[in-house]
Amino acid sequence: LRGVVVTTKSNLPTSISLWRKIVNKLMTILVIIAVVLAVIPLLLILGDVFVRGAPAISIGFLTHLPTAPNVPGGGIANAIVGTFTMVGIAALISVPIGVGAGIFFSEWATSKISTVSSFMNDVLTGFPSIVLGLFVFVIIILPTKQFSAFAGGIALSFVMLPIIARTTGESLKLVPMTLREASMALGIPRWKTVLRIVIGTGKNGLLTGILLAVARATGETAPILLTASTSIYFAKSIFQPTASLTVFIYNYATSPYASWQTQAWGAALVLILIMLGLNLLVKLTIGRNLTGTRLEL
Amino acid sequence: LRFRLPRGDTILKILLAAAALFIIGLVIGLAVELYLGSASSIFKFGPSFLVGSKWQPTNNVFNALPFIYGTLLTSAIAIVIGFPISLGIAIFISEKLKSHQTFGYLLGTIVDLLAAVPSVIYGLWGVFVLIPLLRDYVEKPLHNSLGFISLFSGHPFGYDFLTAGVILAIMIIPTMSAVSRDVLSVVPNSQREAMYSLGATDWEVTQKSVLPYAKSGLFGAFILGLGRAFGETMAVTMVIGNIPTISSSLFSPGATLSSIIANEFSESSGIFQSALIEIGLILFFVALLINGLARLLLWRMTRGTQVKA
Repeated sequence: LRGVVVTTKSNLPTSISLWRKIVNKLMTILVIIAVVLAVIPLLLILGDVFVRGAPAISIGFLTHLPTAPNVPGGGIANAIVGTFTMVGIAALISVPIGVGAGIFFSEWATSKISTVSSFMNDVLTGFPSIVLGLFVFVIIILPTKQFSAFAGGIALSFVMLPIIARTTGESLKLVPMTLREASMALGIPRWKTVLRIVIGTGKNGLLTGILLAVARATGETAPILLTASTSIYFAKSIFQPTASLTVFIYNYATSPYASWQTQAWGAALVLILIMLGLNLLVKLTIGRNLTGTRLEL
Repeated sequence: LRFRLPRGDTILKILLAAAALFIIGLVIGLAVELYLGSASSIFKFGPSFLVGSKWQPTNNVFNALPFIYGTLLTSAIAIVIGFPISLGIAIFISEKLKSHQTFGYLLGTIVDLLAAVPSVIYGLWGVFVLIPLLRDYVEKPLHNSLGFISLFSGHPFGYDFLTAGVILAIMIIPTMSAVSRDVLSVVPNSQREAMYSLGATDWEVTQKSVLPYAKSGLFGAFILGLGRAFGETMAVTMVIGNIPTISSSLFSPGATLSSIIANEFSESSGIFQSALIEIGLILFFVALLINGLARLLLWRMTRGTQVKA
């Protein structure tokens, strides 16, 4: 009997044929090639933006208004101000609504409104942003006949809203149920439990969502193109056409002038530094132990 | 006291429910307003808007087929290139790097950063770096050696379907690989162990037990990537040439649903503008369908595992 066991065991390792070993190695290599293929473009894009953008950047570039083609000294000051203005307006609108909806998704998860709304929210996250721009164009620009930072901000708020609602909902769901029960057991009403205990515990996730949404809005072009248009001056109010970094890059990159194209790379470097800064901040500090808070979802 | 406490709860619940209802209202509002904005085009052209191939703003004739074709072709190129690569990254991180969590996390972060790069910067890079690269090292050699195939005929100029598809592939890889990664990471280890105990190699474990288990979730990732490719605007607008064309050549300039809106909207008015808004309405319904489908698939996948865990 003992002999039988030994022979079965010794037969096992030889059962992996050469062919299966080759296929196994081949697939490992293919998988590694896939990783390399995905990382190369990222390095190329970042490298090119730094190498081509750096020469265009100077104090004057950041503080001056744009100039005509081939006139030196042009800058992106109004575009930087415009981008921050519109993202600011968007944040004012989308943060309260998004956080509110997110809390509802998490604390009243079984409600019918919650189910439908969070599904709609997920769908909205994947919407082409140009459709949101068209929507704002139809409801604001068509009646008022005036491109403005205000309309641009509203369009961006619709970009930010689903991201904030989703990350808020996801991160508050991670708050342990025992904390809510402990609070309620002390006789603290539910609204206070939600506002103090649940939000207090999950506030890092909330902040992550808001920062990710701000980063996303900062990099949006299409909705602003249709609603805020652009301008070569500082806007006197939020109800005037307003320049932004992204539309500046689009216009200058597609222009035939070499000096403008260089400035487009410079503006791209400024934009990418802002965006990567926000994203790395999220990744390295507070985003690490959270799941489901990725930018593109 | 007994009456005060429930009131606070009710007020909070109403406020929060209003925020949640706002999102539902927004989606409905989108559909209604885009319909109203495109009404004159819808009534003038009817269903022929979707099947005709003419786009002549000077004659007030507008059909969307060239853009539907452009969107489908560029998305198909993007998926063919992007999906296998994304799946490869997901397998590498979740299967090969299982015991090196930190490195896997780092690699995932690097790929995620690709998603953080704004569309317009992909476009800028596409115009000045990718177009010359593809034109001189891919399109011209292909055209010279295989030009008799209609796919590679025409004049390799750089501003064409192929470049747009390649840019899209780079842009959808982060989305698809991130979702695939999440899906593969929820496959229970018992699935893998069972396969290993039968003497399977690493690849056989991945191929025969991990991938089939994650099938519906991976399909969700595929659909989400497709959705992103369909809606992507600025980068495509900058590299595709923006000439409404239906051509079997990958080296032909074209236009997509979103690129034509971005490129022509500011110069449009009247029925022309209405037609562009109708294109937006088409995009809206396509996005609704694709994203809804993807979410349902992903929901089913993650809910299933939660029950098992």
